[in-house]
Amino acid sequence: MITAYSEAQIWLVIGLLGLGTFLIRFSFLGFIGQKALPGWVLRMLRYTPVAVIPGLVAPLVLWPPATDGQTDPARFIAAIVTLVVGGVTKNVLLAIVAGAVTLFSMLWLLG
Amino acid sequence: MTRTADRSAFLRGAKDGAPFILVIVPFAILFGVVATEAGLDLAQTMVMTVAVIAGAAQFAAVQQMVDGAPVFMVLATSLAVNLRMAMYSATMVPYLGAAPWWKRAVVAYFLVDQSAVLSADTFEREASRSLAWKLGYFFGVILPIAPLWYAGTLFGALVGGRIPEAFALDFAMPITFLAMIAPMIKTLPHLAAAVTSVILALLLSGLPFGSGLLVAAVMALIVGAGVEVAMERRATA
Repeated sequence: MITAYSEAQIWLVIGLLGLGTFLIRFSFLGFIGQKALPGWVLRMLRYTPVAVIPGLVAPLVLWPPATDGQTDPARFIAAIVTLVVGGVTKNVLLAIVAGAVTLFSMLWLLG
Repeated sequence: MTRTADRSAFLRGAKDGAPFILVIVPFAILFGVVATEAGLDLAQTMVMTVAVIAGAAQFAAVQQMVDGAPVFMVLATSLAVNLRMAMYSATMVPYLGAAPWWKRAVVAYFLVDQSAVLSADTFEREASRSLAWKLGYFFGVILPIAPLWYAGTLFGALVGGRIPEAFALDFAMPITFLAMIAPMIKTLPHLAAAVTSVILALLLSGLPFGSGLLVAAVMALIVGAGVEVAMERRATA
């Protein structure tokens, strides 16, 4: 439970988080607009998704907060299956379904 | 003519975005549940979910408030989690930068992981498409995602803690992200970038305010681009 925060402080966090997040999203698109970016920048930006998402997910896969940071075989195996099915079939939906089915099967088998 | 083009782009985006419904909904419900259990009232939960639309940062903010971190720490952590969106914003510049400013503002508001990643991938492969087509595609991707994000949060906030833990809703986000990214690792530079990102993010996960992820992502961009340049040199040599 949130005990250290007054109502006003909670609203302050919500407001500033919303505003700050919008400004981050608007940054380049809003203030640079049509001006051309240099070639090397464009080359790097093509790798944005594969540079951000794997690093975002890796700690959640290896040290899930739901198991207090202990590696969980069910979640780990489900992650590997999702990755393999997605890589082989190139089908996002199929990968999600395969991952979810694996997760529930493993939780049931191992749980 | 352009109207039909917009419409087909919109439908194509909606079709490409549709699979994410399966994971957006449980993830949104989970946020509603977690926020309510943390003590946020319905108005606070809903305003946050509409104003921020960024699951990971919202969870981070609620967790930090529960932990009693000072306001500026809560903001620093949560906004650092969202800094990757500056990269998404830059990624969209070559494709959508020519749109009028108010359309760019609307795009910016809806620039979430799913819309940015899917659009960047599609725009890169179909670079010759018109601006109107690209805008149509982007909003098509968002169509199934944003309303269900709001609705899922509302549902979660209303049902509160009545969803059993056995549903493992916490893992909806990792599975979505992995399913999105796996098909995009199609060349050696992409693989090199992804591996760099994973290794550095794990090594640097102890750094405060999610700054480890930022370092990992920037290094991964450099590695991806570097491997691409090296391969081009080798091919032309």
